[in-house]
Amino acid sequence: MFGNTMSQKVLLNNKEVNIILHRLACQLIEKHNDFSNTALIGLQPRGKFLADRLVKILQEDYQIKDIKWGSLDITFFRDDFRRSDKPLQANSTHIDFIVEDKRIVFIDDVLYTGRSIRSALTAIQSFGRPAEIELLTLIDRRFSRHLPIQPDYRGRQVDAINNEKVKVNWSENEGEDSVYLINN
Amino acid sequence: MSELSVNHLLGIKYLNKADIDLIFSTADHFKEVINRPIKKVPSLRDITIANLFFENSTRTKLSFELAEKRLSADVINFSASQSSVKKGETLIDTVNNILSMKVDMVVMRHPNPGAGVFLSQHVNASIVNAGDGAHEHPTQALLDSFSIRERLGEVGGKNVVIVGDILHSRVALSNIFALQLQGANVMVCGPKTLLPKYIDKLGVKVETNLRKALEWCDVANMLRVQNERMDISYFPSTREYTQQFGVNKALLDSLDKEIVIMHPGPINRGVEITSDVADSDQAIILDQVQNGVAVRMAVIYLLASKIKN
Repeated sequence: MFGNTMSQKVLLNNKEVNIILHRLACQLIEKHNDFSNTALIGLQPRGKFLADRLVKILQEDYQIKDIKWGSLDITFFRDDFRRSDKPLQANSTHIDFIVEDKRIVFIDDVLYTGRSIRSALTAIQSFGRPAEIELLTLIDRRFSRHLPIQPDYRGRQVDAINNEKVKVNWSENEGEDSVYLINN
Repeated sequence: MSELSVNHLLGIKYLNKADIDLIFSTADHFKEVINRPIKKVPSLRDITIANLFFENSTRTKLSFELAEKRLSADVINFSASQSSVKKGETLIDTVNNILSMKVDMVVMRHPNPGAGVFLSQHVNASIVNAGDGAHEHPTQALLDSFSIRERLGEVGGKNVVIVGDILHSRVALSNIFALQLQGANVMVCGPKTLLPKYIDKLGVKVETNLRKALEWCDVANMLRVQNERMDISYFPSTREYTQQFGVNKALLDSLDKEIVIMHPGPINRGVEITSDVADSDQAIILDQVQNGVAVRMAVIYLLASKIKN
């Protein structure tokens, strides 16, 4: 799957990812009850998979029927436009509900520098003024934040040094649910 | 994902198919942005853009200015009528004076064909051609194709006829290049006097019978008769032009299919198309205007991403 020059370590396997997703779903229910005034927003591109998966668990395993969820693209709100060597590729945004006065939960797979979340906080304002915004991440990379941003719900905390990369795989996309620590 | 192959948008002639695809996919996202409650993104907050209009324009200028403001760029406007151009300043001097005020991008409309190309070789800024004489008007052609793609799903394989004053039209030339690049079949239709002599060398079909052209096409792009560019009489009377090359509802209803009607504006109602056609569901004229902002945002965004700090 990866080249020989890279070493990789399994942080979470399929079963562990599944247990964590169920725990996160329960934590959301604890705080948001029937989700009547809550909306889940997956941050493009990778947070969307996690959001879709959590919604599926909430609907199928916990019988919460009316969940508002969508995806938010932050490309045009990033702070590294013209500063990054890579061109910034936009993704689609789907928010078909009113954001004004809703309790919003941002969902992303890995929290690293916090800059994406900063961008998302600005981007969501284009849709209205939410009552509150929380953050859920599957992986929280400690000691790597550039901004004072912390998750409200976290799957697993990871200590990774800067040239290491945390890769979250989803069965619908990469063929398996797993989290790897990759050393370049 | 790649980036544009060019640093300036001088004409469709300099673009490739991948560039057009990239502009359209980016414009899709901006179209969603401009339909949000707050229609603005902060991407270009450290970019300054000068709109230099050496020739009159209403909608193109407004569309560019709105696109720039929606991207949070700083905008300065300049019209030749209020400028030192009348005092004899050269184009390069005018633009270099503006650029010395730390301007990153220039959107220019100029009466002389090739003015944008000339400027791009002599000044240090990204140039967007907003129309140069009867040569090219690339953003109009892009928004036209974007609108066809939106209505019909794709541009490739479609039959598109451009009707009217082809001779004086920069919209026609840019549209021919853009449509052919995307694999559409292009026809031009108009009075012989308003068709350039060797237009068929561009690989377009030529037709002087409007009815035949409409029967062939999926999309008809109706151009305005540019009286202001006509130094001699190219047809006997407006009335006769309308009878032969004007589209009305009865003509459209007599066709065995429903074609899409486009117009780059401003419309001479009752000359090239009648009001009932312009206001019908077949016409996508106002969609073109809305798409113009999204497409221009995409062009400016993609060019700005190539300006390095």
